[in-house]
Amino acid sequence: MKKYGELVAERSFLLSALASSSITVAILAFMVFMGLPLMKQAGFYQLLVKPWAPYQGTFGIYPMIVGTGCISLLSLVVAFPLSLGCSFLIATIAPKPVSKGLRRLIELMTGIPTVIYGFVGIFLLVPYIRELFRSGSGLCVLTAALVLGIMITPTMTLFFCDSFDRIPRSYLTAAEALGASRTQKLLYVILPCAKMGMLNGVILALGRAVGDTLVALMLAGNSVRVPGSVLEPARTLTAHIALVIAADYESPEFRSIFACGIVLYLFTMMVTFLVRYLSFAEGRRD
Amino acid sequence: MRRIFFIQPVLIVSILLAACLPAFSGSLDSFQGEKGELKISGGTAHIPVMKEAARQIMMANPEIQISIAGGGSGVGIKQVGEGLVDIGNSGRKATDEEIGRYQLKLFQWAIDGVGPVVNPENPVKALTKDQMKDIFAGKVSNWKTLGGEDREINIYTRDEASGTRAVFWKKGLDKGPITPSAHVVVSNGAMKSAIAQDPYGIGYVSVGHIDASVAPVALDGVVPTIETVQDGAYKIARGLYSNTRGEPVGLTKKFIDFLYSPDGKKIIESKGFIPVR
Repeated sequence: MKKYGELVAERSFLLSALASSSITVAILAFMVFMGLPLMKQAGFYQLLVKPWAPYQGTFGIYPMIVGTGCISLLSLVVAFPLSLGCSFLIATIAPKPVSKGLRRLIELMTGIPTVIYGFVGIFLLVPYIRELFRSGSGLCVLTAALVLGIMITPTMTLFFCDSFDRIPRSYLTAAEALGASRTQKLLYVILPCAKMGMLNGVILALGRAVGDTLVALMLAGNSVRVPGSVLEPARTLTAHIALVIAADYESPEFRSIFACGIVLYLFTMMVTFLVRYLSFAEGRRD
Repeated sequence: MRRIFFIQPVLIVSILLAACLPAFSGSLDSFQGEKGELKISGGTAHIPVMKEAARQIMMANPEIQISIAGGGSGVGIKQVGEGLVDIGNSGRKATDEEIGRYQLKLFQWAIDGVGPVVNPENPVKALTKDQMKDIFAGKVSNWKTLGGEDREINIYTRDEASGTRAVFWKKGLDKGPITPSAHVVVSNGAMKSAIAQDPYGIGYVSVGHIDASVAPVALDGVVPTIETVQDGAYKIARGLYSNTRGEPVGLTKKFIDFLYSPDGKKIIESKGFIPVR
């Protein structure tokens, strides 16, 4: 009887595993299928490098790819030092009650919906950036990257803290016994040991920055041109999908958002594989 | 026996009230005894009118639930065609192809203009049509050449699904180019708040949405207002449509009829549009 029950459980788990993994593949297949007419007509490569001009019949997503890249990488530049500082403070410098409180606060911050970051950004940051640089409207790559950077900081910080916590206690005590100062301990013991875990955090935060829609939609200005500087507006792939999804189902504009979907999908997949590979490499080294 | 005496006046008053209630509500009579849900989406210029109409109907009859979403004219036509909503609003006439594909019935209940707007702080409050075309094409890029401050012009436009954009592009820009460096916002409301925030911005909104937070720009000497749209002096005008798939029935029909009733027309006027006669 028990064996029979076990078999049923095993089969049902297998089924759910198969279902969830096949859905992932099916989504990619669906996007390729829907995007195929346009891709055949124009070529996938052409879609990637041409500009977006629906009235002239070109539906390239190149400006959006550049926009996504600029905004998400710049947001990493903002978030990395912030997260590093926060996690150092929490993990080593601050006294126990303070670090515990800070950690709770940062955990809370990861749960704030992105639309709130966007909202606050529009009213506080946009006018400030506009007047600070006296150029453009304030809805630009820089504004979006700053807000996005602040948005991904909690995620990154938590990852950093976790990888600091995983360092064996004995390493730290050994360093202390050798008379290492706090800074030395940080630079020569903690950082080298936590390198891989931190890289994981950075990559996952990058994934979050690339995948976020609302912050860029609200703050980046959404113009369909390759931005010439960080003070110019740009559009991300996700914002592009959100803006074009309302167009006619049969139109080539609508088809082109499947190309955006494929690019985003492939990017996320790459990120996931990279994270897997890195954790695997780390696991083997230990 | 005493209790019945107590109840009697209450009963009389409530019967009297019930008898008088229809007289107060006027055009809302037809919603008596109706219940259910009505879903509306699409054109963002329509939203103030839809909201007020829905509020009055739901106040008169709490059994009715009306939900209103935006999305733009393209979304409205698509969603009503796919049967996702009961009424799909559009700020442009549905194309013959759309009407044919979805068997749409069109109800035009108001006339609206689309007017260029700037921030109230901007000294430039009048443009010629050619100047405006040059601005939106990106040929004129500084307010200084138009008599304003020495700052870049920030151009705001709408997304592909917008009926406001379609009308402005056709009648305001004569299908001329809109520079790809223009900012894109997703509704008339968002356009208004973007221009209200940006002293160096220029965009276009439904005339019904123009209020103190943004300043209308006179085009060839004509300021876009209800009056100039109504007497035909201001040319960038369009109809506001509510579309249904097939002949409307039940609550949907009553809602559309309400827009044409005297009370409905009052709402349309109060929100800055011109009700159709």
